[in-house]
Amino acid sequence: MELTADKIKELVVKPENKVYAKTPLLTDKTLSYCPGCGHGVAHRILMELVEEMGLENDTIGIAPVGCSVLAYEFMNVDMQEAAHGRAPALATAIKRLWPGKFVFTYQGDGDLAAIGGNETLHACNRGENITIIFINNGIYGMTGGQMAPTTLPGMRTSTSPYGRDTHMMGNPLKMTEIVAMLPGTYFVTRQAVHTAKHARKAKKAIKKAIEVQLEGKGTSFVEIVSNCNSGWKMTPVKANQWLEENMLDYYHLGDIKVDGKLVKEIV
Amino acid sequence: MGELRLMKGNEAFAEALIRAGADGYFGYPITPQSEVIEYLMAEKPHERTGMVVLQAESELASINMLYGGAGAGKKVATSSSSPGISLMLEGISYMAGAELPCVILNVQRGGPGLGTIQPSQSDYFQATKGGGHGDYRLLVLAPASVQEMSDFVPLAFDLAFKYRNPVMILSDGVIGQMMEKVELFDPIPRWTDEEVIEKNGDWATVGKRPGRERNIITSLDLDPYSMERHNHDLFAKYKKMEEEEVRWEELNTEDAEYFIVAYGSASRISQKAIDLARAEGIKVGLIRPITLYPFPYKVLQEKVQKGAKGFLTVELNMGQMIEDVQLAVKDNAKVEFFGHVGGVIPTPEEVVEALKTKIIGG
Amino acid sequence: MTEEIIIAGFGGQGVLSMGKILAYSGIMQGQEVSWMPSYGPEMRGGTANVTVILSDERISSPILTKFDTAIILNQQSLDKFEKAVKPGGILLYDPNGITRHPERDDINIYKIDASHVASELGNPKVYNMVVLGAYLKVNPIVSMDNVKEGLKKSLPERYHHLLPLNESAIEEGTKHVEVVREIK
Ligand SMILES: Cc1ncc(C[n+]2csc(CCOP(=O)(O)OP(=O)(O)O)c2C)c(N)n1
Ligand code: SF4
Ligand SMILES: [Mg+2]
Repeated sequence: MELTADKIKELVVKPENKVYAKTPLLTDKTLSYCPGCGHGVAHRILMELVEEMGLENDTIGIAPVGCSVLAYEFMNVDMQEAAHGRAPALATAIKRLWPGKFVFTYQGDGDLAAIGGNETLHACNRGENITIIFINNGIYGMTGGQMAPTTLPGMRTSTSPYGRDTHMMGNPLKMTEIVAMLPGTYFVTRQAVHTAKHARKAKKAIKKAIEVQLEGKGTSFVEIVSNCNSGWKMTPVKANQWLEENMLDYYHLGDIKVDGKLVKEIV
Repeated sequence: MGELRLMKGNEAFAEALIRAGADGYFGYPITPQSEVIEYLMAEKPHERTGMVVLQAESELASINMLYGGAGAGKKVATSSSSPGISLMLEGISYMAGAELPCVILNVQRGGPGLGTIQPSQSDYFQATKGGGHGDYRLLVLAPASVQEMSDFVPLAFDLAFKYRNPVMILSDGVIGQMMEKVELFDPIPRWTDEEVIEKNGDWATVGKRPGRERNIITSLDLDPYSMERHNHDLFAKYKKMEEEEVRWEELNTEDAEYFIVAYGSASRISQKAIDLARAEGIKVGLIRPITLYPFPYKVLQEKVQKGAKGFLTVELNMGQMIEDVQLAVKDNAKVEFFGHVGGVIPTPEEVVEALKTKIIGG
Repeated sequence: MTEEIIIAGFGGQGVLSMGKILAYSGIMQGQEVSWMPSYGPEMRGGTANVTVILSDERISSPILTKFDTAIILNQQSLDKFEKAVKPGGILLYDPNGITRHPERDDINIYKIDASHVASELGNPKVYNMVVLGAYLKVNPIVSMDNVKEGLKKSLPERYHHLLPLNESAIEEGTKHVEVVREIK
């Protein structure tokens, strides 16, 4: 018997064999991300949770400027596209004007920690009852791999071709630790999605972040240390390895603030 | 008759926001308009109508809060003065691109740069020709009294939602700081959430509704042909504004041979100048554009057709609106400018003198 | 009737609130009014002035160079505004601290020693009300009843227990104003 695609479909695609389905809260649009990029996984986790928690009709999301600028094309909920860095300001107003909705921002490290640093700090400091998903890949992916505030010391990018010189450019900015110090944040955590195990943990963390918002407790902030194989100029596999060995060495995973209390010493 | 009060222009604007059923005000202090947020904070609009008032961390944040709130279908407003408006231009351009309704008050002060806190009208180009990046227009209303600082608020919201476009109220330090008698309009109830969904739910992000696709608020379009179409759509909308929304006022124009064209505080000063000139037998009248965009070109053209001998524009700047007057009048009559800048205010006597030397004698 | 008034003095003398009460009194008798202050850093300790216009007609310019009345409370303001009074107009001033007195002979000049009267009343804060009383005596453009109404309107409710004190300050002002020169 010749195994054609149709034949395989006929033999395999049966309800009893189904172990996974894409959530309907991801559209059928082909993701614009590079293969192996963490953005796709983060999108999936978030939208699965919105579906599982029954929030489809009560969610308003905000996309950033960065590789995930088109997040609104993929996330099948009501979405706004913000100017570069301003997502927390949009979220502030939306949540205050629609307190019953689940409001999240989804932002890169250039967006959240560089150009939007002020909006991030002040939204967190006011304790806006919103959820911030922060994808830290240590680089400006979208514009072709320039240095970000989060770029590691010595790391080569197109604007630090000899490696980040910390004397000239300072040290990587740990925005997550900074916002954890603010009384307005209630749940602050750092996660990763480069392995299935990490992705499962990240999903739990985002679920908690959503719950914190639904309970009206204050800002919930989830950093996801991610890769950018294109920007880092590595294969996807190599990029995940490099993430494990270098990024996680600087950006330690785990909860930083739980129930409004620091659970980790900030260094 | 509505309630009478003696109020500053800034306070009248703030009170009018509450009465117009605004859902949110987001702003950052700057002279000469800080009374707006001070008044709102003192009035506790949250208790009066449920309106949200928030002091933002910057004008950049304020305008982006407007983006979020407007994108979610609500009536939102901000206010600032010139340097703060410059900072808002990013968000204003995005809102024009994403076709979001909002009301922005600019109580102009002198520039460029940090400039002066004294009154000015030097943001005319910025307000009427776009200001931020990209091809867009704001609908611009120019109040000339404290009464209009109040009355233009509900009008601005109506226009903003009618055209889904930001509306700017272009005022200045004189109108913002002076007190006059205001007749306050009766409060208009805020829209309930159900009304917001009913009125704006087909485009705003109010949460997905069963039976419709998700709503997206964005100004991004990477397909050049589609982006070009969007620009054409915007300009079709602006054309409609030009056809339907031109507003102006005329004083002493019936028998006038000469015309002063002025808006806002300059129009008030010019009114006095006209009284003085008429006492000397000069037949001069005032044309006061109320919408600066769309500009009342046709009104000026009609005066030219009826034999107008000359037009003097009076502005608190180096001559900006005069370009629009010239566009209307062309070479068919004399067009000259008189003004002061930097916070110096032209006096009625100087205006009469300019009329005599530049238009009548010149 | 249109009355164009400048009130000028130091910040803290109650220049702006005197203007406000005058304007509110105008509203009380159905007039159009405008109140245009100088604003900005010059207010803090420096000079402050406000242009108040009361009129039966729509008011044109809220900013003027010539006035029917100048109410002057310090030397700087006298130097600046004496020449701005229209011929036949009124200049009312407080002679305290004045070294160069008004010199014009084509206007009506009055003076009020308001700080003295206010301290007699036991409250220097009502200084501006004494001046207002003096002005209304020489130029009764608003009736005393309407002034009382205007005072009530412009004073926040939590200060309403001070209304009688302010009213008696106005009363005292009417009694103590002195003619320096009248040209009638
Ligand atoms: C005001 C403004 N400045 C600059 C840009 C260009 N720009 C677009 S995305 C980006 C960096 C995005 O980096 P990041 O937020 O880390 O997102 P990533 O692409 O890495 O996910 C920059 C600088 C812009 N769109 N707007
Ligand atoms: S450039 Fe980097 S961040 Fe952007 S999609 Fe590709 S891998 Fe992901
Ligand atoms: Mg990045």
